[in-house]
Amino acid sequence: MGDPALSRRGFLAASAAAGLGMTALTGCGGDSDGGSSDGTTTVEWWNISTTEPAKSVWAALAKKFEAANPKIKIKIVQLENDAYKSKMTALTASGKLPDIFHTWGGGVLKQQVDAGLVEDLTDRTKPWADGLLKVTKEPYILDDKVYGIPFDMGMIGFWYNKKLFQQAGVSEPPTTWGGFLEAVSKLKSKNITPIALAGKEKWPGMYYWAYLAMRTAGIDALQKASEDKDFTGAGFVEAGRHLKELVDLQPFQKGFLNAAYSTPTGQAAAVGNGKAAMELMGQWAPSVEADSGKGLGNDLGFFPFPSVEGGKGAITEVFGGGGGHALRRGAPQAAVEFLKFFASEATELELVKKTSILPVLPDAEKAMTDPNLKLVQAQLKAATGFQLYLDQAYAPAVGQEVNDSVAALIAGSKSPEQVAQSITQTAKEEQ
Amino acid sequence: MTSTFLADKRSGPGTDLPPPESVRARGRGRRRVLHWLTAVSFQLPALVLFIGMVLLPMLFALYAAFFRWGGFGMPSDYVGTDNFTDLFDNPVFLGDLWRCLVLVVLSLAFQLPFALAMAVLLNQKFRGRAVYRMLFFAPYVLSEAITGVLFSMVFAPDSGLADHIFGAVGLDGLGGLWFADPSYVMATLFLVMMWKYFGFHMMLYLAGLQSIPRELTEAALIDGASAWQRFRNVTLPLLAPTLRISVFLSVIGSIQLFDLVWVVTQGGPDHHSETMAVTMFQYGFKRYQVGYASAISVVMFGICLVFALAYQRFVLRRDLEGATTTMRGDGK
Repeated sequence: MGDPALSRRGFLAASAAAGLGMTALTGCGGDSDGGSSDGTTTVEWWNISTTEPAKSVWAALAKKFEAANPKIKIKIVQLENDAYKSKMTALTASGKLPDIFHTWGGGVLKQQVDAGLVEDLTDRTKPWADGLLKVTKEPYILDDKVYGIPFDMGMIGFWYNKKLFQQAGVSEPPTTWGGFLEAVSKLKSKNITPIALAGKEKWPGMYYWAYLAMRTAGIDALQKASEDKDFTGAGFVEAGRHLKELVDLQPFQKGFLNAAYSTPTGQAAAVGNGKAAMELMGQWAPSVEADSGKGLGNDLGFFPFPSVEGGKGAITEVFGGGGGHALRRGAPQAAVEFLKFFASEATELELVKKTSILPVLPDAEKAMTDPNLKLVQAQLKAATGFQLYLDQAYAPAVGQEVNDSVAALIAGSKSPEQVAQSITQTAKEEQ
Repeated sequence: MTSTFLADKRSGPGTDLPPPESVRARGRGRRRVLHWLTAVSFQLPALVLFIGMVLLPMLFALYAAFFRWGGFGMPSDYVGTDNFTDLFDNPVFLGDLWRCLVLVVLSLAFQLPFALAMAVLLNQKFRGRAVYRMLFFAPYVLSEAITGVLFSMVFAPDSGLADHIFGAVGLDGLGGLWFADPSYVMATLFLVMMWKYFGFHMMLYLAGLQSIPRELTEAALIDGASAWQRFRNVTLPLLAPTLRISVFLSVIGSIQLFDLVWVVTQGGPDHHSETMAVTMFQYGFKRYQVGYASAISVVMFGICLVFALAYQRFVLRRDLEGATTTMRGDGK
């Protein structure tokens, strides 16, 4: 299931609005050490699987592991997504992380690695981690060292309503940006809302700009721009221009600027209820569409983000991310054993069957049943490049500025050049 | 608080026979120590909590405002007043200040007069008065988050209740994008705020109205004053202390507005409904630019403080002098 990425974006952050100074002062709340008094080791496992069915499936897996390893006790700590993030911020500040903890890799993991808090797993996991799909491991590899092991994977792409596409006379999903804009115009001329977008939450809009930048400037440019703190390159401005072309067609649903993602009047519901023809979203989209709306069933299709004519990127390069686990520095060997157990075929098969994740182990694919998820998995396997979610890959301030500036572009108050400049400025201020 | 506590205790044992001078002095000294100990031990828990949870974080935020700091470890990258100069260069923050002013003006111009009118109306004797009072006060009891979710649905374009109602009476043209329209989002937001908070101010005014002696209005009536004259020259002056408090609460509330905005629009579309508190939250908890966010909170605190002090000094002074319950109220 895609809930790591889904609930990660949960919007109920308001409850965290305590005094600002408190962030620092609460940083002292540590946790006890996994000491061994009678030869058993207690391993703390922090994860964000607070929703069913994943919650009980994961708890059962921990029990299974304990049964196989009587000397090891697993203590599960489950936190809701936003709560987990703020707790981890505090723990990172205090200098002590849980034995095993959830991670998305990228910039946040790098921050923790730079603080010297994360175990280098390169050698300790090599024998078995080699069998995992390469693309799924990339977010956790920093400076050629492995700091995390994935358990699921995902990517962003277009989820579309086959029936509405047919009505508009679009027989094949577009593969180029030009073709895509044409399809949007065709849908519009048939009075079908082409695209649903959650403008209030900003991150869904960022996907367009990020993908366009990958297609025009190329995947390496995204990495390089972050390192050089310079997003003013021609490719990024061009990405903004292409997005502007789309926005100028007015393809979004009425009132999209205040639409949320998963509410009954939001982006997912608009697609799930057949009121909009497509959305650019991650592998969790089908379940949210069915949850907040009616769901499209067999009418739902998936196509990758089209390539841009003359751009440096290829249609096979994917944008997305998944969930993984990292260990605190100095975590007991038992924690490594658990990671091995969690990445085993038996575990992955169970996760695929019961929580419908996209597996990181090729052998676990046979358990997949949903044709659309199979399609996504095939895309991922054939991927020639991978870019992690920008708000995870970049420092938080830069990631948020991307979201914010792109939202302004979509709302019509910033030009493509200004978007590039704003992001560059924030990146430079972020030392 | 401490002084009255001690004073009471000192004057307490006055009925006892006076002991000899030396004994009395010693006893008084010991007793004073004891009183202090008692006072301190009673205040200590509250004092510790207040210092630890309020004062220290506030001072720390003030300190952090002079650093570029991401919230990890202790602040070390001292940048002087850069955060503040950046802040007053930031179009979003300047917009926040402007929107804050707009909300204050709208509240004073519409919400409070409306609340006053309702209070005067509901102060009359008529059947079902209690029911109306309760009904109008009810929105205030609702939490901000629930209000926000509720009105997001009411003002959802096309499918929301508001557009349905307009449609049903043939005014489709009045239905619009509401929260999704940068030009109308503040107006819509203010409507919701008015709905939510006017009941509170109405309740304040009602309480104030009921403390006005009936004889005065009757005397004015006998003197031949019209309804407007009675309101203008008797009710309003005597209600002034309550009005002043209500204006104060309303302004402070507008400066700190957060929850409602966050739930309904998150400051959007494109920052058009963002408030200082929302901007602070974005920078502090989304971007982890905690130093910068601290600077925003310091400015907010400063604005509140200056306003509160000035208001107390120039407007509330006579109320604070104890004129609230006497008739000298406005005649001084």
